[in-house]
Amino acid sequence: MAKPAIAPGTELDGFTVGECVHHGGMATLWTVTHPGIPVPLLMKVPRVAEGEDPAAIVSFEMEQMILPRLAGTHVPGCFGTGDFDRQAYVVLERIPGKTLYSRIDELPISYEEARVLGGKIATALADLHRQNVIHHDIKPSSIMFRPSGECVLIDFGLSHHNQLPDLLQEEFRLPYGTAPYMAPERLLGVRDDPRSDLFSLGVLLYFFTTGVRPFGESETLRGMRRRLWRDPYPPRKLRPDYPPWLQEIVLRCLEIEPVWRHPTASQLAFDLAHPDQVKLTARSERLQRDPLSTVWRRRFNRGLTLPKPKSDVAAQLASGPIVVVAIDTEEGSGALNECLRRTAAQLLSTLPSARLACLNVLRLGRITIDRTLDEQGNNKHIDRMVALRHWAQPLELDESRLTVHVLEAVDPAAAILEFTRVNHVDHIVIGARQNSMLRTLLGSVSAKIAAEAACTVTVVRPPRSAVEPLAEEIK
Amino acid sequence: MRLAIFADIHANRQAFAACLDFARVHGAERLICLGDIVGYGADPEWAVDTVMDLVDDGAVAVIGNHDHAISTPSETMNAEAQMAIEWTRGRLSVAQRRFLAELPLTRREDDRLYVHSEASHPARWHYVRATPDAARSLDATDAHVTFCGHIHRPALYSMSSAAKMTSFIPTNDVPVQLLGGRRWLAVLGSVGQPRDGDPAASFAMFDTISREITYCRVPYDVEAAADRIRANGLPPWLADRLLIGR
Repeated sequence: MAKPAIAPGTELDGFTVGECVHHGGMATLWTVTHPGIPVPLLMKVPRVAEGEDPAAIVSFEMEQMILPRLAGTHVPGCFGTGDFDRQAYVVLERIPGKTLYSRIDELPISYEEARVLGGKIATALADLHRQNVIHHDIKPSSIMFRPSGECVLIDFGLSHHNQLPDLLQEEFRLPYGTAPYMAPERLLGVRDDPRSDLFSLGVLLYFFTTGVRPFGESETLRGMRRRLWRDPYPPRKLRPDYPPWLQEIVLRCLEIEPVWRHPTASQLAFDLAHPDQVKLTARSERLQRDPLSTVWRRRFNRGLTLPKPKSDVAAQLASGPIVVVAIDTEEGSGALNECLRRTAAQLLSTLPSARLACLNVLRLGRITIDRTLDEQGNNKHIDRMVALRHWAQPLELDESRLTVHVLEAVDPAAAILEFTRVNHVDHIVIGARQNSMLRTLLGSVSAKIAAEAACTVTVVRPPRSAVEPLAEEIK
Repeated sequence: MRLAIFADIHANRQAFAACLDFARVHGAERLICLGDIVGYGADPEWAVDTVMDLVDDGAVAVIGNHDHAISTPSETMNAEAQMAIEWTRGRLSVAQRRFLAELPLTRREDDRLYVHSEASHPARWHYVRATPDAARSLDATDAHVTFCGHIHRPALYSMSSAAKMTSFIPTNDVPVQLLGGRRWLAVLGSVGQPRDGDPAASFAMFDTISREITYCRVPYDVEAAADRIRANGLPPWLADRLLIGR
């Protein structure tokens, strides 16, 4: 069958082709319209003429398979695909504006802007990973933002879908991607670790905050392989005012071994959302790269960087959840808090990559003017933080796995639900009091949370013996 | 059109009945049987009668090496398989044996090829164990998709226009679009004797319009099938392995 040439005015499967807006090495982009689709659309058509790069075909095939499976605000909507046996194309939602690449002349950007930007990208990655997809080409030109502010990831030609055939797997002997942003394990042929995207985001954050690419721009395999043993200069060496919390986050993203990076994109987003709670390690203060002895050990002890057996992306994400424990620090909550701690300990012992956020709500009166100080002049907020840390102390958690948060709100359930939503919490553990005057008056906080949360909720009750017998039972 | 494709039923009544029910509930419009209707399992008469009825109603069936061995005793097999074949031969009627003997080795339908083992030498019963075996089969046909069984472990191979291969272990219940720009070898798991560690019966659905293949897993009464094998005096390992899917 003769292939229809794409040109302005061409009709294809109900789409009317408009103007060509981009003519790239791998594909051309055309505006298209469709009477049944009210959003602006782009048609992406691969370049498949004789002598073109075979990578253009394979990466287009990957997009053809992956894009129709993706959903949500962090990816462009997909409205149709055409196969190679007639005319290959994908029709995508046209995201207005420019990619992050347009900011490249303004570097370095402020630390605060980088923090917000990084948080948005990490949130988008978390949503992508949840859909079993690893992007594998995170760089400024694959990142856009909706007018409402959410990050949109584009260009899935190098992506890996954990539940679909990986057509790039055996196609190319050399790893395919954008050299400055490529994670070291990719050079060893690993394509199924979502933490490769966290590395690329680390490169982007380093570049955007220092103006320097951490691994240079070398495109040679030899130059790229150096990152398997050579760590970049700490950002503080380049910019003495670099905040320790940001260096901690960026250098953790750039860890050579994926297992030393943040366990999930959600956890990275969590750190970026709570910079004051980032556990500072030796990373945060470093001014020098690793000593040569370490570098040589990495280079010649291959055991450190051997590829791992094939992983299950969903299982890996599930092993690193963000768990919230809502704790009441009021008098008389001792037995319940003990049960909460036991439940938390059980969860954390089976999930070594999980992190725990301890939450307490400082209830504000609806009418009264609240004071930050109690009758004795102590700061209530700080008192509560101290009480939360005290509660968590017996868990003996590594500091990097624990954060404490005191929320101030009129409605505790609404505050906990909002925290959960914003921070992409996976699991809430909350106590239910059996017999409380407050519960009778205000309704149950745990019941509202169990009913309305978008994640798993465990409602903990003290064992029967610890509960005051009900009046009816005494009779 | 939605196809339901079954391979290696191996006279397992409980497994095949469960798969047929599942396929009908999920809208199967045409049934394909990739051979090895008998052997190993204890209900060969039922299995052959069922496939004969399906074929009368328009289903497609090709021959497997166990079906072939019923009429050709020289077939080389391991001792347990050989015992099961001899037991089966005694159970089948002349008409049933003739039905098996007359099944074709391959069958072509539009751009699809159905074969029990693989396409390069269908009568030699080679296994598709790895990518080179898949490449050999794909080289031997111009079909867009070849469906086969025989190895009892599901896998999906593709060959690009530049003859590069990919291999993939399918995820249950996740449809995969078999893209038109490359050619595919869909290796099915076994209905009646899975060997990939999952005892549930394995088959696949294929939509000829969207070109999506979905590998399905159907739990069935494994104990009952194993009991039938033991009760009929067949080698006990043939029953035991059903329970572990090995």
